[in-house]
Amino acid sequence: MSRHLKFVQGNVACAEAALYAGLEFFAGYPITPSSEIAEFMAKRLPQSGGKFIQMEDEIASICAIIGASLTGRKVMTATSGPGFSLMQEALGYAVMTEIPCVIVNVQRGGPSTGLPTHVSQGDVNQARYGTHGEHAIVALTASTHQDIFAITVDAFNFAETYRTPVILLLDETTGHLRERLDVPKKDEIATVGRLKTSVQQGVDYHPYLPREDGRLPMSDFGGAHRYNVTGLFHDMWGFPTESPKIVYGLIRHLVDKIEHNADQMTRWKEYYTDDAPTVLISYGAASRSALHLVENRRKRGEKLGLLELQTLWPFPHALVREKCRHARAVVVVEMNMGQVLQQVKLAVDQPEKVFLANRIDGELITPTDIQNIIHVIQGKGV
Amino acid sequence: MPVRDYLRERFFPHMWCPGCGHGTVLNALLRAVEKLGLDKNDIVMVSGIGCSARISGYVDFHTMHTLHGRALAFATGVKMSRPELTVLVPMGDGDALAIGGNHFLHAARRNIDMTAIIMNNRIYGMTGGQFSPLTGYGCFGTTAPYGNVDHDFDVVELSTAAGATFVARSTTYHVIELADIIKKAITHKGFSVVEVLSQCPTNFGRRNQLGSAVEMLETYKKQTVPLNSKAAQDAPDKIRRGIFVEKERPEYSNEYKKMIRTATGES
Repeated sequence: MSRHLKFVQGNVACAEAALYAGLEFFAGYPITPSSEIAEFMAKRLPQSGGKFIQMEDEIASICAIIGASLTGRKVMTATSGPGFSLMQEALGYAVMTEIPCVIVNVQRGGPSTGLPTHVSQGDVNQARYGTHGEHAIVALTASTHQDIFAITVDAFNFAETYRTPVILLLDETTGHLRERLDVPKKDEIATVGRLKTSVQQGVDYHPYLPREDGRLPMSDFGGAHRYNVTGLFHDMWGFPTESPKIVYGLIRHLVDKIEHNADQMTRWKEYYTDDAPTVLISYGAASRSALHLVENRRKRGEKLGLLELQTLWPFPHALVREKCRHARAVVVVEMNMGQVLQQVKLAVDQPEKVFLANRIDGELITPTDIQNIIHVIQGKGV
Repeated sequence: MPVRDYLRERFFPHMWCPGCGHGTVLNALLRAVEKLGLDKNDIVMVSGIGCSARISGYVDFHTMHTLHGRALAFATGVKMSRPELTVLVPMGDGDALAIGGNHFLHAARRNIDMTAIIMNNRIYGMTGGQFSPLTGYGCFGTTAPYGNVDHDFDVVELSTAAGATFVARSTTYHVIELADIIKKAITHKGFSVVEVLSQCPTNFGRRNQLGSAVEMLETYKKQTVPLNSKAAQDAPDKIRRGIFVEKERPEYSNEYKKMIRTATGES
């Protein structure tokens, strides 16, 4: 059999994809609804010579993967809301030190302990703004297991290409849902390896001097070049500095390398948007319900369209503006109080035509929920 | 190799206050590394945040200056990934045992092969003299203006109970002894803890009327005794120096290597 079909949870689809992308080191701490990823790694990583470690908390988990990444490994951790909160300081460290890593947040209801076994999409803004200080971030999501697989490989590729942490914002529904996954054959999806320096031993290596194309070749800890890594503002050798010129240059570099390459990282899917006067915008589990509604209404002649976002940060404002240009109404479907809605309102020419269809009670938003809100928007009542 | 070859001399003079003990710890550490003849490329130093943590900027190893309290967690990732490297983790007392206390306990429990050096000056020096978990009852700090009502940890007892397989204590007065202990700690296969009493005349000594740096060093001489010595028998209240624990227990990354053999069906 040439195809490698599986019937698995979304969490497992993500974990399978991480191995496909070349994951070698995983550190994590048990938390619902992400624990299946750690369990998968504990079993599978040592089989391929990789390593799994269960750390004492989520802070230690993200720190351990950053340490391992610096020795040349592809690394990942997985958690949910409370653990993601604990990881915020070290996430900023990975941003500042430009160490590639992938952080999975299988979202559950919050704040605080919230609803551990229920779905939410409440961490979109935390992914963007959770760590302190000015910075840019990459956050991706997907709604089907096949797409979770592809986007997870993208996450590793972006982490390596741009030397940045990448956040995968999954959710409880897709994480625990079981459906078909067709694991691609080797090399069917391109994977990006670590870009290593070609500077020879004995020649001055500048770990933080970008090449002309903006990329920063790395040298593994334990390898030929000894350098310093610090969360302080640092010069091209990695040593602390308070020089305003260097501080300005570094913060611009950290933000620009993400924002200027946003197009390269924008992933989305669209359904019937060309002729739709009402465009739904959704992502993750919510977009499954949105798609169901769109396809049902199309059969009855109602012109609904769906733009499913997979890249949430950097937010694809230009894409959203383009796809909503001819829409009379834009309905953002999400399971929070309008985190992506805010961005869509910024993106479109007429923010007053943007509406929210949401649920924040721990239950998956249904096609009927969305339909009811569309009726209200159209002045038809519920 | 001369000891100065292990230094990044372009970053001198260092940022520690006049009279600070941390430079002495750096000196003893480098002499230990030099005696062991370790290749600079085989050493990774991971530090946290604080006066102590700045030590990593001065040594010509692979160096990682991380987050407050988290050095051991970062170091665990490095060691797990590259067990062949020598991993040194210098920490301050607040860094290691307040904010980093949990990581410290679990690194000791795992018995992962690295050397934790706790540069104990009994105070948060960099932030201006707040009390730490090693300041001690009755002492003064900027956040203990009426005398501290917090009790301190005994680092040796704590490390031993947590499972560290090498536990030692020395001071910045006993430099030769300290270098020898650090050398043994690095050689030891497992989690090694070396507590170094290191004077902070600026922020601890001054507020607690302990005199100048020289007087504080004199105090280390007078108030400590070698473990299991005649002097120790005669003075049960004095602080013990020396190697308290040195034992064998399966080391974490080595055990993981065996697990990989099981998982791949090689064993």
